[in-house]
Amino acid sequence: MSKLPLIIKREFLSRVRNRTFIVMTFLSPLIVVVMITLIAWLATLNEDAVKKIAIVDETGMFVQDFEDTEGVAYADYTAMTLPVAKEAVVAEELYALLYIPKTASTTELTTAVRLFAEESPSYGVLRQLEDRMNERLTAQNYQAIGLDATQIKAAQQEIAIRIEDFAGEQTSKMANYIKMGFGALAGYLLMMFIVIYGNMVMRSVIEEKTNRIIEIIISSVKPMQLMLGKIVGTSFAGILQFLIWVLLGTVLLIVGTLVFGTTPEPTVIDPAMAMSEATPNIKNEIIAFIAEVNKLPLGTLVTAFFIYFVGGYFLYSSIYAAIGAAVDNETDSQQFMLPILFPLILGVYIGFFVVIENPHGTVATLFSMLPLTSPIVMLMRIPFGVPIWQVVVSILILIGSIIFMVWLASKIYRIGILMYGKKPTYKELFKWLKY
Amino acid sequence: MAHLLEVQQVSKQFGAFVALNDVSIAVPKGSIYGLLGPNGAGKTTLLRIINQITLPDTGSVLLDGAALQPHHIQDIGYLPEERGLYKSMKVGEQALYLAQLKGLSKKEAKERLRYWFEKFEVSHWWDKKIHELSKGMAQKVQFIVTVLHRPKLLIFDEPFSGFDPINANIIKDEILQLREEGATVIFSTHRMESVEELCDHIALMDRSNKMLEGEVTAIKKEHKTNRYEVGLVAENHDAVYRTISSRFECEPADFKTIDTQLKIKISLDTGTPNDLIGFLSQHAQITRFHEIIPSVNEIFIKTITAHE
Repeated sequence: MSKLPLIIKREFLSRVRNRTFIVMTFLSPLIVVVMITLIAWLATLNEDAVKKIAIVDETGMFVQDFEDTEGVAYADYTAMTLPVAKEAVVAEELYALLYIPKTASTTELTTAVRLFAEESPSYGVLRQLEDRMNERLTAQNYQAIGLDATQIKAAQQEIAIRIEDFAGEQTSKMANYIKMGFGALAGYLLMMFIVIYGNMVMRSVIEEKTNRIIEIIISSVKPMQLMLGKIVGTSFAGILQFLIWVLLGTVLLIVGTLVFGTTPEPTVIDPAMAMSEATPNIKNEIIAFIAEVNKLPLGTLVTAFFIYFVGGYFLYSSIYAAIGAAVDNETDSQQFMLPILFPLILGVYIGFFVVIENPHGTVATLFSMLPLTSPIVMLMRIPFGVPIWQVVVSILILIGSIIFMVWLASKIYRIGILMYGKKPTYKELFKWLKY
Repeated sequence: MAHLLEVQQVSKQFGAFVALNDVSIAVPKGSIYGLLGPNGAGKTTLLRIINQITLPDTGSVLLDGAALQPHHIQDIGYLPEERGLYKSMKVGEQALYLAQLKGLSKKEAKERLRYWFEKFEVSHWWDKKIHELSKGMAQKVQFIVTVLHRPKLLIFDEPFSGFDPINANIIKDEILQLREEGATVIFSTHRMESVEELCDHIALMDRSNKMLEGEVTAIKKEHKTNRYEVGLVAENHDAVYRTISSRFECEPADFKTIDTQLKIKISLDTGTPNDLIGFLSQHAQITRFHEIIPSVNEIFIKTITAHE
């Protein structure tokens, strides 16, 4: 006659029946879709604003090279002197003024060019300006020493190195980005899940305390059983929510494909890209992308994702449960949030900055073993191919830590749930461990 | 008399604070047992140990002669002082859940709940949520859940606090009924007068120690001081008082009467009450004569001060 399933069932149902849960489950995907649309829309808005740049070219060498592009329009102000041009640019509210002075030599010119702008210009614009002038000067230099620029251009080669591991699996540059993307997504999702559902566990413990039902319950079941039932029941609710999202995502994707047509090329390729050399590659790139995704250790990734998901959640939610037991209301819980949030955020940062740079370095390896950060960091490392023994060791450490943490948390929990009207300190929590 | 519950030399310490110091109590089968003492005396800690919520540092607890086991929770119904219910859960669902946690099957729990809900005329609450009910209504539900699994031992911590008089009486009657059916009842309270008339056995606790235990009548007999409260009517009250106080130890008493009377408390060291009555009747009309039986509260205060 085990009571654990009863508790799990109640916790699961009370989570799932909650109005917030239902709303969040069906609203979140909508919010995500709206957000993505909004971001995409804002991005196009940004591109639409054409930047006007005035040019005062005293050398007369470059001005014809600046052809209008999609985002930038050029105007020749060479007729004016620099001070007049400056005033004109300010008066007409142009984006910037490029000033190319007459110099004795080309070498001098390389450092003499000035760009006047109210705000510091975007990197893309600056790069464009420099490229144009470099091209012109290089061509001029070729000419000066008697080289044919067109022949040089024809002779130039571009190498695309294909990356292959020793097992013979091919990857490409894109693969790295995909791996980063998958890792980052998994790590970030895990963090969100832990924070959201850990908080749910904590709130539910506090609710039992403030409703004063806790003592009635624990005269029937062990506090440890109640805590475990709560954590497991809540995790089921989380998994259900996640499954619904996956399902909704799939449906949305299918609907999206049907609505926007099965041949996305005409809408996807904009005129600028069509003009560039990229056109024939787009289809190939999509195929390559899918191929790359398929080449990821998907089986391992999904399994690991699930294990670390559940493991990380158990580890943290037992801490959340202990905190919930120690305090009387949610406001008081703030002081204990730091030990939870710090390792989580550390994990994400290490994932974003260290793992992506050097997925198998010492720091990345270390933090993918330490239990509080391992779920996030290891998930981010796995797409880059982690030796199986490391994954196993990391999971074993995680499981050991969960057992230890649940034991530790249950000690605080069983004392805390019977304490009312006290705002405990860390010192007191430590004392409870010894009761 | 056989004891249903025996607590043997139980001590419990929280850090440096001693909550229970070598406490032993024995609760006879079928009795109504009052565990009395001021706040902080250790009553709730003792009840939590009996309910296996807290473990004692030393000592043991026997239920029906056997050391406490996890399965014993089915034999105990405990209504804690801090009691409540899930606010957003339906009444019926909640009662079923709590009954199942006590080890009842779903079917059994449903049948018994139906019986109790009909008895209290609250069947229409089944699908309501707790926050739609008044406090008194919620307390009825709590009571039902406490007794539903027909425990041998019923424990009520501060049972009547928060009950309105009508509900308190309903609950009191139900508890007495359950005792008739064979249950043993423990009341724990700091409001001693509230359970004095109900209990046949009591234990007094103060600052982690048990001060006194036994049958209420025996304790009262032991603590009675042979004092009598009398009301007299005479022509000259002062003269009569002087006469009486020359023979007995006297002090003025205070009680309500409709006319002016001489009100005295008289201590009787030797002789019988009849001797006293005989003596008094020579000097005045006796309108009131009764033995002063100390209340549990008074016994408690006396015991405490004697220890200090």
